[in-house]
Amino acid sequence: MAITTAPTDKPVKLVEPGSGTGSRTSRMLGVACLVGVAVLMVFAFVLTEADLVQQDVVRMIYIHVPSAIAGYTGFVITAIASVMVLWKKSLWWDIVAVAGAEIGLLFTGLMLATGVIWGRPTWNTWWEWGDVRLMTSLMLFLVYVGYLAYRRVVPSAEVRARRSAIIALVGVINVPIVNRSVEWWASRTLHQQSSLSDGKLEDLTLFTLAMGFVVFAMIFAWMLIHRFRIGWLEVQADTVGLQAAMAERRAQMEADIDDAVAHPGIGADTNADPNKSGPDDSGPNERGGAA
Amino acid sequence: MREVWAVARKDLRIEWRSKVVASQVLPFAVIVLVLFGLALDADRSTLRSFTPGLFWVTVLFVAILTIQRSVSIETASSAFEALRLSGAAGWKIFAGKALAVAAQLLAIEAVMLLGVVVLYRSSFEDPVLVVTAALAATVAIATAGSLYGVLAVGMGVRDTILPMLLLPILAPVLVAATRAFDDGLSTAAVNGWAWCSLLACFALLYAIIGGVAYAVVLEDA
Amino acid sequence: MTHLGYLIAGWGIVLVAMALYAVSLARRGRELSARVPAERQRWMTTPDDADTAGFVR
Repeated sequence: MAITTAPTDKPVKLVEPGSGTGSRTSRMLGVACLVGVAVLMVFAFVLTEADLVQQDVVRMIYIHVPSAIAGYTGFVITAIASVMVLWKKSLWWDIVAVAGAEIGLLFTGLMLATGVIWGRPTWNTWWEWGDVRLMTSLMLFLVYVGYLAYRRVVPSAEVRARRSAIIALVGVINVPIVNRSVEWWASRTLHQQSSLSDGKLEDLTLFTLAMGFVVFAMIFAWMLIHRFRIGWLEVQADTVGLQAAMAERRAQMEADIDDAVAHPGIGADTNADPNKSGPDDSGPNERGGAA
Repeated sequence: MREVWAVARKDLRIEWRSKVVASQVLPFAVIVLVLFGLALDADRSTLRSFTPGLFWVTVLFVAILTIQRSVSIETASSAFEALRLSGAAGWKIFAGKALAVAAQLLAIEAVMLLGVVVLYRSSFEDPVLVVTAALAATVAIATAGSLYGVLAVGMGVRDTILPMLLLPILAPVLVAATRAFDDGLSTAAVNGWAWCSLLACFALLYAIIGGVAYAVVLEDA
Repeated sequence: MTHLGYLIAGWGIVLVAMALYAVSLARRGRELSARVPAERQRWMTTPDDADTAGFVR
């Protein structure tokens, strides 16, 4: 691909303030998400057959498994971004980290909710304590609830980035230990072992599940783009606010100086003292005259 | 190694003089044990079979208070500044703080063990296992807690965040320590030593993570 | 269709939660973007010399 520099006379397209985080690409993606959900529902409820054993409740798989994958993807993004925050000392990655965590938390929550609802008719229990994947997911969910809660209470952006990166990474490193402890604790698991590999699923069911992955991936991408832009705008709004406050202070100080120059003798003893007057005094006087 | 001892000794001496943990946290532990007894209606067989779980849940509550105390003695007089300026490596300060927390927790656990024998009629079938499991679990709680304590307590951050951060992380310790005690107090037929090894893994993992991460956290403490 | 209640609950929770989150994202974005000048709205088009304290890309 040829690298060309943009001609200077071509105006850079700017985003108007107040127009939000949407762009042409993200709007197209959003429409694709809506269409995707509609098509997925047609496949999930009309075109696919019910399972012989689980009957119609098997249709939950088309949202449960994609939710799980999306949730884990969010947490993986947070983990990678946290490493980059600590390594590159970069706040840019911190925005990615919190975007991943928030969206990961949403999808993990949905995975737990659909899992609970699915568990009732199939296992005859809302919650199965002995299930390793369920318990591990719940622990990960709670760790990231704490992560987001923690982010709300640390005022300084840099300290927040560093420390929450540590919390996210410790939470992820903890996963194998949680997994092992729950596995031993329960020493059995109800969860159906990956239905994908054993050829149990029919072709159309498999296709619909794959479609679920694609649709959820699009929704995930849409959310990630918008959440990242919000994070970016938050930082920019803070910077702009800070600069405005500093400009105000500077203007105030300059006005005070002008005041002092215009009315010598009021709180400005050095100017009034003839013994101290010298070439140095010409500076402020000139500026005062020009103002 | 000298710095580690110095930090630990400093914390323990402060505790010896102020008696905050001894006069507030230790009675709290005993109260919780009594409350569990009352809540479970003192059905002795139930109480006895639940002893390991109740014991370690209580230890987790106590650990949160002890860790908050451990951090607040540093923040109260901005002593973290002094620790940082002392030039000691971050991991040494971490090890010293964790050691002091572990020592205090072990003392409280000793009293609590006496308590469950008296109140819940527990008996030690395998004292070596009980002591080893308690040691490993306490090191695990103290290391994870010391890291999260300095992340969450004081420093303008609300203290209420510590349990939210720490308890999910310590869930595997609760599971493993309870199971090891199940074997040691023979309330359930499990392999307690396997659980002990899991506790040791956890303790080692958090000792390493804490040692590495503490320097980063101390930078902006 | 069997288990219709469970299916409505499961799919309903998922679709409603995703829609609510998407709406909240759009709203947060609009509020924030009103406070930021045009040239800084997007990370990609923010000038490099803009004061982005602590940012390493």
